[in-house]
Amino acid sequence: MAARGPERVSVLLPTYNERDNLPLVVWLLARTFSESGIDFEIIIIDDGSPDGTQEIAQQLEKIYGSDKIVSWSLFLFSSGTAYIHGMKYATGNFIVIMDADLSHHVRLLYVLKQKEGNFDIVSGTRYKGNGGVYGWDLKRKLISRGANFLTQVLLRPGASDLTGSFRLYRKEVLQKLMEKCVSKGYVFQMEMIVRARQLGYTIGEVPISFVDRVYGESKLGGNEIVSFLKGLLTLFATT
Amino acid sequence: MTKLGQWLCGLALLGSAWAALALAPPELQPPAPVRQALLPLPFYLLVAFGCYSLATVGYRLATFNDCEEAAAELQEHIKAARADLHRRGLRL
Repeated sequence: MAARGPERVSVLLPTYNERDNLPLVVWLLARTFSESGIDFEIIIIDDGSPDGTQEIAQQLEKIYGSDKIVSWSLFLFSSGTAYIHGMKYATGNFIVIMDADLSHHVRLLYVLKQKEGNFDIVSGTRYKGNGGVYGWDLKRKLISRGANFLTQVLLRPGASDLTGSFRLYRKEVLQKLMEKCVSKGYVFQMEMIVRARQLGYTIGEVPISFVDRVYGESKLGGNEIVSFLKGLLTLFATT
Repeated sequence: MTKLGQWLCGLALLGSAWAALALAPPELQPPAPVRQALLPLPFYLLVAFGCYSLATVGYRLATFNDCEEAAAELQEHIKAARADLHRRGLRL
């Protein structure tokens, strides 16, 4: 049976303290999908945020309707468990995973690209085409490019951006990958792409604009770099 | 095979080929000019790779796009979103 294109897209949005960004992200997604006529739902999975994110999510559910917005509140989870939980309730045949912190400018290109190439996964890249970043200083750009270079040399992943986490997956593909991946945090995002290649799934790329968090702070300190290197070496030795 | 495994195999292969030629007994040694180039070859390759890395990362850093338009567009969207959501009953 030939694989179908997106008939309904489920967007999984794990949140923690995103009270300010959440309504904006939901509004952008809702508008983008309805303008293109693609059926969608947004599944918000909140990690017990103390700032009232859950309350905002419930208001949005009332505004847009429960067939379009579903919100959950869990506690002490990793993004991996958030996705597993979200997927159980997702009714779409394609799943979008993205951050709720307005760092990804929501684009319709994903769905279009998938249709164009019938890809199993469409991944956003900051490094190709007219993809890029906004509000990054030289140091941050250098670290990003350096880390990506190292990743390309060691893992040869076949995708230009492994740590950007704006992706569209065919539902069965995501389920299979979630079973196989064992890392946590953003290393988990990297592992998904590496395993996807090993399993022979097709990956298309779309340039994305990574606009630095509008609300809240982004971290890129020594700790993040060390844990990135540890994760990279672990993937190097185990995949 | 893991990537680490591939690297180790590749290095073992090249390493043993190099060692065999470099440490060959006098009768089997390649001619002198070849030997002169051969012995420091691993070091040269390392340096060459280092230069390639620096050049590549430098180039990519220099050509890293700044999305001015996307950022401006996002600000517009945020304004529109807040107005529309307020109209629809969202209370912060």
